[in-house]
Amino acid sequence: MATAAPIAVAASRSRAGVLAGTAVMTALLALAPFVGIYPVFMMKALCFALFACAFNLLLGFGGLLSFGHAMFLGTAGYVCAHAAKVWGFPPELAILTGTVASAALGTVVGALAIRRQGIYFAMITLAVAQMMYFFYLQMPFTHGEDGIQAVPRGVLFGVLDLSRILTMYYVVLAVFVLGFLFIYRVIHSPFGQVLKAIRENEPRAISLGYDADRYKLIAFILSATLAGLAGAVKAIVFQLASLTDVHWTMSGEVVLMTLLGGMGTIFGPVVGAFVIIALESYLARFGEWVTVITGVIFVVCVLAFRRGIAGELAAWWARSRG
Amino acid sequence: MKAFKRSLLALTIAGTLAAGVAHAQISDNIIKIGVLSDMSSLYTDLAGAGSVLAAKMAVEDSGVEKRGMKVEFVSADHQNKPDVGSAIARQWYDTEKVDVIVDVPNSGVALAVNQITRDKGKAFLVSGAASSDLTGKACSPNTIHWTYDTWMLANGTGGAIVKTGGDSWFFITADYAFGHALERDTAAVVTKNGGKVLGAVKVPLNTQDFSSFLLQAQSSKAKIIGLANAGGDTTNSIKQAAEFGIVKGGQNLAGLLVFLTDVHSLGLNTAQGLIMTETFYWDLNDQTRAFTKRFAPQDKGIHPTMVHAGVYSAVLHYLKAVEALKSDDGTKVVAKMKEMPTDDPLFGKGSIRADGRKIHPAYLVEVKKPSESKAPWDYYKIRATIPADQAFRPLNEGGCSLVK
Amino acid sequence: MQALFGQLLIGLINGAFYAMLSLGLAVIFGLLNIINFTHGAQYMMGAFCAWFLLNKAVIGGAGIGYWPALIIAPIVVGAFGILIERTMLARLYKLDHLYGLLLTFGLALIIQGVFRNEFGSSGLPYQIPSLLQGGVNLGFMFLPIYRGWVIVASLIVCLSTWYVIERTKLGSYLRAATENPALVQAFGINVPRMITLTFGFGVGLAALAGVMAAPIYQVNPLMGADLIIVVFAVVVIGGMGSIMGAILTGFGLGVVEGLTKYFYPEASNTVIFVIMVIVLMIKPAGLFGRER
Repeated sequence: MATAAPIAVAASRSRAGVLAGTAVMTALLALAPFVGIYPVFMMKALCFALFACAFNLLLGFGGLLSFGHAMFLGTAGYVCAHAAKVWGFPPELAILTGTVASAALGTVVGALAIRRQGIYFAMITLAVAQMMYFFYLQMPFTHGEDGIQAVPRGVLFGVLDLSRILTMYYVVLAVFVLGFLFIYRVIHSPFGQVLKAIRENEPRAISLGYDADRYKLIAFILSATLAGLAGAVKAIVFQLASLTDVHWTMSGEVVLMTLLGGMGTIFGPVVGAFVIIALESYLARFGEWVTVITGVIFVVCVLAFRRGIAGELAAWWARSRG
Repeated sequence: MKAFKRSLLALTIAGTLAAGVAHAQISDNIIKIGVLSDMSSLYTDLAGAGSVLAAKMAVEDSGVEKRGMKVEFVSADHQNKPDVGSAIARQWYDTEKVDVIVDVPNSGVALAVNQITRDKGKAFLVSGAASSDLTGKACSPNTIHWTYDTWMLANGTGGAIVKTGGDSWFFITADYAFGHALERDTAAVVTKNGGKVLGAVKVPLNTQDFSSFLLQAQSSKAKIIGLANAGGDTTNSIKQAAEFGIVKGGQNLAGLLVFLTDVHSLGLNTAQGLIMTETFYWDLNDQTRAFTKRFAPQDKGIHPTMVHAGVYSAVLHYLKAVEALKSDDGTKVVAKMKEMPTDDPLFGKGSIRADGRKIHPAYLVEVKKPSESKAPWDYYKIRATIPADQAFRPLNEGGCSLVK
Repeated sequence: MQALFGQLLIGLINGAFYAMLSLGLAVIFGLLNIINFTHGAQYMMGAFCAWFLLNKAVIGGAGIGYWPALIIAPIVVGAFGILIERTMLARLYKLDHLYGLLLTFGLALIIQGVFRNEFGSSGLPYQIPSLLQGGVNLGFMFLPIYRGWVIVASLIVCLSTWYVIERTKLGSYLRAATENPALVQAFGINVPRMITLTFGFGVGLAALAGVMAAPIYQVNPLMGADLIIVVFAVVVIGGMGSIMGAILTGFGLGVVEGLTKYFYPEASNTVIFVIMVIVLMIKPAGLFGRER
């Protein structure tokens, strides 16, 4: 992903800058319900933002394009929904179970896919995702296209009643911020540096003695786990797990969010997710034009706007400073 | 002092009365109707914008606006996805003060909206969805299921065909919950009436090519090939059945869920002879024809399907109930709707049962040959009428908790 | 046993269709290394073009029928493909292939969305041309003549394309140009023009498949949407850069899918992906591909 090089500028912003940015972002998000923004919309955007951040970890920083990331979102969603509704798990256990399921799937798929490069890697992830889709379609526990409905919100840690919307919102926000900070930590750790080196020039990294495949696999598993966390939380928030979450167009959507927001930037996926979710909500009343407008955004981003929103902002910021 | 106490008493009584009346008022004086439909994929033509139009026509024809009620509309596309549909329903109820949601073609979405409507005490009038669970296991005091359901389709089409000699069946079933339910219900009817099910094959959704499955149906030598699928799957299987000479070879196709718009897109050449059950046809009588004359030019020439008619009928009856009750509290209005018998130009006289099922007659129709059709959309001949009390599942068989 | 023969024949017919459909993508993806996600939408445009010619391009009382459409539709859609290549794709050649994929994916969404808004999603009728109507009773099954025509047409198109690319001088220039453009350009051959024309040719092939599909599958705006990933799978399994690989895999897939439809029909949509994973694990460059 050589084209991510200009993005490295944005990614290596000073640590203070990023932490300040995170604080501002968290504050804005915390205040949102009080300025009249519909909390359910915000929660949806936060779940997808976490999903996009997880995907970006793999694509922007690991240089690996996965066409099947929906399978991690959906697997966690289904397992969590089933655990909460049928096995009666409290929400924290249900979310944990879902996340672990995605991590396990990520390990298996990663082990298979890592051995191949570029487009072949992408094709393997797509093929496995399609097989998972079929699996979920056939399994009775998912109830096919009806999905698992009426998933109970429950009481978190026995204390926080999640059926109250504000409580649910702050829990989701907390999960998102923790996930976000975790990803940041991974990127700016020795592990993250090696990963970046592998992305830039794999043969050289290998010649320096690093086991490239192992690093890529770990990145893949981390990405899958966090995507799973997003999916499990989403299932609790919406009290629903459905086939949409494992369909290949969902994999396409997360690519779009990351691309629009800015691949290889920290805040990019968050911005991208919010924009796309807002657009979809706003456009729902114009049903017919959603696909066309999504397509136009793809095209415009690829042709003229490759750094994405966050990337362009970062570049502008860097230019105006020096 | 006495005067003061008396006026205080009077004020108190007046205040209490006023408060009591205020509870029975229409919230913020506006009735907001949400038409949630499929505006962009399979069901666009049979529901979609036409459903919005039907709802608007119902408001016009009810005359409530002339009598001082304010009615507003919102509409959205649920894209046949339960998560999209439930998110829209939730948002409509929470932030946009929508009082009633209508239509929803897609059983998965309908079940999700059914739950949300119940949780929030609003009203849900289903016209497009098919699942008979909406008046069975999932029945709710806030939901009324209009137009049709899988039981009616299975018994109407299945029962009628078996009685006229089609006693051996082979099913081509779309491999998802709706397809399975339709196959199961129809198979039950066939065997109950003395017929036999010779085989079935489950086909993935959105399959383009049915030749292999049609070949299996042919070799089973069943007299009737039951198509337990919908939308594009149905039209593809019918088109290819014509290609493979199924009907010429002596077998007949039974479309378990086919709409007028499907026949239109197939063309009479391909669709002729197809037998199905509907609860409305635009050419049934003068009243339905008059409605169609107003409807079609506003919906790109599309003639009203039973789903459109259901939306019209449901909204009309809803407004009557709201006017009588002077309230838009979902649970109360639905209860009132069950109390009042229904009467509208499209379905005639009917009623709504305790489980939320709207009752009206069903019609077994056959698609005309090209030579028999005198104008576009002149597609059906009515083979039989199933009276209202026989068309739908008996009240005590559904497992609905509202039925005592 | 008889039933199995019937299923195998049907599998072969579908395979012929897959082969023809994948051919255009094999040329573009396999040779030019451009990931053309618009392939499904272009297939759809070919079918719509045929419908349009028949129903709207009415000259002297009759529309333009199937046989002329087989030539006109690919040219029209191919021209459209060339337009896309010149104005948008050419800018992305220096970048990672990912961008070409995302661009064509976005274009596919736009094209499909616009057609759907315009034509609805129920589909439009298109009849089998009178010359090819009816069928032949083979004993073990009734074979519609049109389906037999599909096999014949597919073989002709596939084999002639393979011949041109692998056995003629023009084809060798093309193959050389994709391996080492600078060197071939130095020999005086206009490489960008060759790439553009080849791209147009690949798109035209997609449209041709669309015209062939119109009489038997419903002509609707989403007809290419789910097919596109199957087509990619065929090309990947067959091997990048190998035209014969894509053709043979297309036919093979049809047969395997046909057998799956007989023994385990619910899985018939998914079997290709299972095969793809297996092939990519054992032979990463595909069955007939050359590792680049």
